[in-house]
Amino acid sequence: MTADSKNRRDFLHLTGAAFGAVGIACFAAPVINSLNPAKDTLALATTEVDLSTIPVGESKTVMWRGKPVFIKHRTTEQIEEARSVELAELPDKEEDKDRVKKEQWLVTIGICTHLGCVPTGQKTSDAHGEFGGWFCPCHGSHYDTSGRIRKGPAPKNLAVPPYEFVSDTVIKIG
Amino acid sequence: MGSSERTPFENPVVEWVDSRLPVFTMMQKEYGVFPTPKNFNYFWNFGAIAMIMLITMIVTGIVLAMHYTADVNLSFDKVERIMRDVNGGWLLRYMHSNGASFFFVAVYIHIFRGMYYGSYKQPREILWILGVVIFLLMMATAFIGYVLPWGQMSLWGATVITNLFSAIPLVGDSIVTLLWGGFSVDNPTLTRFFALHYLLPFVIFAVVFLHVWALHVTGSNNPLGIDTKGPQDTLPFHPYYTMKDTFGTLVFLIFYAYMVFFAPNMLGHPDNYIPANPLVTPAHIVPEWYFLPFYAILRAITFDIGIPFTDITIISAKLGGVIAMFGSILLWFVLPWLDTHPIRSARFRPLFKTFFLILVVNFIFLGYVGSQSADAKLFGLPLSLLGLAGTAYYFAFFIVLLPWLSKNEKGRELPTSIHEAVLEQKKG
Repeated sequence: MTADSKNRRDFLHLTGAAFGAVGIACFAAPVINSLNPAKDTLALATTEVDLSTIPVGESKTVMWRGKPVFIKHRTTEQIEEARSVELAELPDKEEDKDRVKKEQWLVTIGICTHLGCVPTGQKTSDAHGEFGGWFCPCHGSHYDTSGRIRKGPAPKNLAVPPYEFVSDTVIKIG
Repeated sequence: MGSSERTPFENPVVEWVDSRLPVFTMMQKEYGVFPTPKNFNYFWNFGAIAMIMLITMIVTGIVLAMHYTADVNLSFDKVERIMRDVNGGWLLRYMHSNGASFFFVAVYIHIFRGMYYGSYKQPREILWILGVVIFLLMMATAFIGYVLPWGQMSLWGATVITNLFSAIPLVGDSIVTLLWGGFSVDNPTLTRFFALHYLLPFVIFAVVFLHVWALHVTGSNNPLGIDTKGPQDTLPFHPYYTMKDTFGTLVFLIFYAYMVFFAPNMLGHPDNYIPANPLVTPAHIVPEWYFLPFYAILRAITFDIGIPFTDITIISAKLGGVIAMFGSILLWFVLPWLDTHPIRSARFRPLFKTFFLILVVNFIFLGYVGSQSADAKLFGLPLSLLGLAGTAYYFAFFIVLLPWLSKNEKGRELPTSIHEAVLEQKKG
């Protein structure tokens, strides 16, 4: 075999292997992608909630995308408390006004940002943690009246889902 | 597997088959006359026992699957129906759930045996690596299987463990969504877990086949850790070790049967008899006992690792815990190259023996730490600190002690042959 034909053979081997690899990747892509959320799962992605049934100081839990969403009708003191905190004290620095659309309504995803447990604090009789908001029983994270992490292992504030006011008393989440 | 030389069989039917597909010759060679070191102790039973448990799990699992439906609205009730209405369903389910525990018991002892007697060393590295692969597959299968009854622990255990992947930088959240097939552990997660729980045992079976194949190439290690030198050192596998394995298996199965019939829920968690509820988290989430040491390693890392005196975090506590947990098992893959000491058996390495037995006690202690809540205390010391100390010893053993001992441990004099050592022992 001459040096020339050896190079040609090498080239054929490499292109053959490369096409094979691309072919396998093309086959794998739809197979793996089928594991991503399906259309009907995505279609359940919006929920409308009537806020008029929630008295001041109380909360309601609704399901959105299989997750609990906390809707809290905050009292003036709670709003005051959330707004009086210095940003420097917060592990995840966020102003209260950036977390709400109307100051009396706090809407957050009710899932601890540590490892996904549901914090307590939705009922008035629940443990609210040291900052008057929510408390995660799994690994002891404390959230304040703005749903911000104040103490414990959770790295982030309770997430605010995308939502809008459809009317004065109805919101659409998602 | 080739068609090498064959001694004809007397039975004409056997001979007819064997001359076309030499399965009888193969069985005769690999399990009949197969030369096996004659000095095995009972630790050498646990490979066969693990095999029996794998078969038990597959058989009971297939039948259970015939009565099961993977659906968030149905699964819990289907499992209760198996317990109450299906003929002997309670027995099958208890055999399966306790069988998982006893499979892990057998495999943990099997791994301990391999480490103590240096079975991972040259020339058995690939045999060892295949074993670690089997162990990882078992962990995945067991974790996924625990989700299927769709009780509270199923849901929340799955939530906590799948959330670990969100610690991976940049792509973490997309990976978690891909694992879930949605935005939380929900129906798509349950259905794919069922499919995988059915698939993985057969993958395990295939890797076990490779594991046994590799074993039959190198031959078994033995308690002395020295090579066999000739027929005087070995016995034919049958009847000597078929009998010894059968006896050991029966004793093991007595303990298994005791658990199945008299304490079937002792190793389980009562919260898993509450249907899964995505709105309420159980107060104390614990994994099954066989994961506890690794869970303790996961929780031991509670601090961010960053550049000192700055705010910059390189590895967050969450990611650090995940790396430590997976790393603690992945280290086993390179064990043959961490411990390069020429002597295999711990019998002739007093220092290795001491440090290794401390590691075993440490591992059991980590299991205890993993079973307690994160803020528990022991003798006034925070358990998380003790967990960190245990984790530190675990890693120090593999990364520091083993390479150091490989260079510096002198070791005792080895016997000249298995045969002579056995005769010596007989003389007393």
